[in-house]
Amino acid sequence: MRRLLFVVPALILAALIALFWRGLDPQRNPAAIPSALIGKKMAEIDLPGLGGRPGVKTSDFTGQITVLNFFASWCAPCRAEHPLIKSLRDVPGIRVVGITFKDAPADSLKYLAELGDPYQAIGTDNEGRAGIEFGLSGVPETYVIDKDGIIRYRLAQPLDPGRLEKELKPLLADLTK
Amino acid sequence: MITEIGHYALVLALVLAVAQATLPLIGAQLGVRAWMALAKPAAVGQFVFLLLSFAALVHAFVVSDFSVAVVYQHSHSQTPLIYKISAAWGQHEGSLLLWVVILAFFGALVALFGDNLPPRLKARALAVQAMIGICFILFTLLTSNPFARLFPAPIEGQELNPLLQDPGLAFHPPMLYVGYVGFSMAFSFAVAALIEGKVDAAWARWVRPWTLLSWICLTAGIALGARWAYYELGWGGWWFWDPVENASFMPWLMGTALLHSAIVVEKRDALKAWTLLLAILTFGFSLLGTFLVRSGVITSVHAFAQDPARGLFILGILALALGGSLTLFAWRAPTLKAGGLFAPVSREGALMLNNLLLATATATVLLGTLYPLILDILGGGSVSVGTPYYTATFIPIVMPLIALTALGPLLGWKRGDLKGALQRLWAAGLIAVAALGVALWVDFGKQTLAAAGIGIGAWLFTATFIEWAERVKLFRIGPIDSLRRAVHLPRAAYGMSLAHAGLAIAIIGVTAASAWKAEEVRQLKPSDSITVGSFTYVLESVGPERGQNYIAERAHFRVLKDGQPYTDLYPERRQYMVQPMPTTEAAIQSHIFGDLYAVIGEGDGKGSWTVRIYEEPLVPWIWTGAALMALGGIVSLSDRRYRVGAPSRATAAQPAVAE
Repeated sequence: MRRLLFVVPALILAALIALFWRGLDPQRNPAAIPSALIGKKMAEIDLPGLGGRPGVKTSDFTGQITVLNFFASWCAPCRAEHPLIKSLRDVPGIRVVGITFKDAPADSLKYLAELGDPYQAIGTDNEGRAGIEFGLSGVPETYVIDKDGIIRYRLAQPLDPGRLEKELKPLLADLTK
Repeated sequence: MITEIGHYALVLALVLAVAQATLPLIGAQLGVRAWMALAKPAAVGQFVFLLLSFAALVHAFVVSDFSVAVVYQHSHSQTPLIYKISAAWGQHEGSLLLWVVILAFFGALVALFGDNLPPRLKARALAVQAMIGICFILFTLLTSNPFARLFPAPIEGQELNPLLQDPGLAFHPPMLYVGYVGFSMAFSFAVAALIEGKVDAAWARWVRPWTLLSWICLTAGIALGARWAYYELGWGGWWFWDPVENASFMPWLMGTALLHSAIVVEKRDALKAWTLLLAILTFGFSLLGTFLVRSGVITSVHAFAQDPARGLFILGILALALGGSLTLFAWRAPTLKAGGLFAPVSREGALMLNNLLLATATATVLLGTLYPLILDILGGGSVSVGTPYYTATFIPIVMPLIALTALGPLLGWKRGDLKGALQRLWAAGLIAVAALGVALWVDFGKQTLAAAGIGIGAWLFTATFIEWAERVKLFRIGPIDSLRRAVHLPRAAYGMSLAHAGLAIAIIGVTAASAWKAEEVRQLKPSDSITVGSFTYVLESVGPERGQNYIAERAHFRVLKDGQPYTDLYPERRQYMVQPMPTTEAAIQSHIFGDLYAVIGEGDGKGSWTVRIYEEPLVPWIWTGAALMALGGIVSLSDRRYRVGAPSRATAAQPAVAE
């Protein structure tokens, strides 16, 4: 019986290794959760604007290419990706739109005052309804929506320079052609 | 050419590691002295070649040889020299090379200074160390070759991430690695002991200095990292429970447990199997940390160089090293002879409780770190586990642990007198209650948990002082006699007192800094002012500034206290030449009870700037506490029992071979 106790650490290790093995599966890549919504039309949303800014309404998306970024002031990775979101302002022919997710408007405004505001429009999603419509797994998440309101891209993690250059910018260049 | 020499030296080191991992092990089994003795030159040679290899890499960075891929990706000709050098370990490939250099460094130390070790134990421990070395050198050569060339060679490099261009961060990774990797030595000794089937007081005494050395460096490394986050990221925070931070914190917790349980093995010949398990797991957590940071299995803000193929390789190493050692443990450890008996209330009992609490604390951190992964794989969606979880689980475990830390040293071995110990601590109790009262009063009773933290910190600090006073019989015998006793106390005793006092100070600092931080964000024009706490910050001016490889906006704040000039602060917002990300350089002014912390944000182009001011209470106490803990470790390491009186094994020279 006592001998069995000594086997426990090895068994726990085996379980952990199995877990990591699954975790490393390239299909699982936590960064790019494939969205069932890609290729589909975006959901109907109509969110009030943050602090007097224009809000976010589905009908506004037609005719423009939009990068849609969910963020919140309480989210540390959002801060990390913020400079890259700002750099998107320099991409011609697109619109950068934000949605604050479950965040008090006062806090969102403080966050933007501190880090700068790259968004042309910001909707407030205090109850997380829009988040449900998009199948949000957390913040930050970034979407690309084309001129017909179709979701073309989803990134369920902070944007990083590699993805910005290799995935996002080529796609945007493609769409604006 | 030099780069190729570096690459070649790495291959030669691998060859030596293979020799070191096999021949001495066989020699120890068959009793062939010459084969066992081979471990020493092989270990030293392996280290020398790895050092040569690393020097070649540093050379490539110093001369900005952009034909080397990692130099091109992480350096720039205009980068200041110190960051050219630190860039050598500021990326995955180079840091891995540093990893193996340190691994071999510990092996070489044992080879050179371990002459008092029994030859069999030494040969086996060095062989195990070399096995780890083989794994990681292979990993470097096969998946992460730092010497890979680019053709044609680019003219200019891409520069080191500006966030990493910081003196604190230049030394943070090497410190951390010495800590992380140093635990491999305790691991190798543990595996060697399992092969021999023998653990005794002498074994514990050989293992302890290596563990202590690693622990000191890990303590310093974690503190440096936290300090870097504090002043470089400009959020005024110093710990975020990020997976990467947890990856360094878990080995620290386990290493702390190991240090304490090794004392029990050394003094009382008890807790042997447990100590072996801790030695294996401590290094196991180091490997786990390496895996988490480098595989990309978990999303973290500051993980680097993520690559599933590399992840698979490290997972293989993890499975091999831990699977092998834990199987060996399951097979051999039950046959270890149990040593001295002790009552539940005793020094041993207290140390055991310390170990249980530390292990539980580690488990909660592990669960918090892996929970997003577990949930994701089981199809539960993505979550992120944050500070609230750790506040709810980690702190309730650590609080009794710290309260116990005060009590343990006053309990006797074998059978302790709890009532007597508590009676001797009446003054500590009194001061703790007073500190608790003051904290509640200052805070108007809003944060009782924080007040309790302050109380417990005060309790530990006072109790540590009382324990020292008891040892020197302060006020009970003449001052001269007390002084003589103080001089003759063993260094290890002072080490413990310093480390425990440091822990107390750090706990008070951590508590106050988390609970009573104040923050103010405002849009300011020059000559506007902002008041945070008892200080008023007047924005005097914002002007351009030029560094060697960046341009910056530099603000000047005049700080007033009660209307009187107190100090001046100059925060900066830097734009590096190559990388687009602007970085903030917070201006920090420390005083005994906290930091003034100012950050300048983006200007609106119309003459006003976003300004963030933090009041950070007692943050300097965290660094002071951590420094005292590391100092305690150093003092303990200098204890004479590690230098003289080569520990001789108990008379039964015949190893009690497991049946």
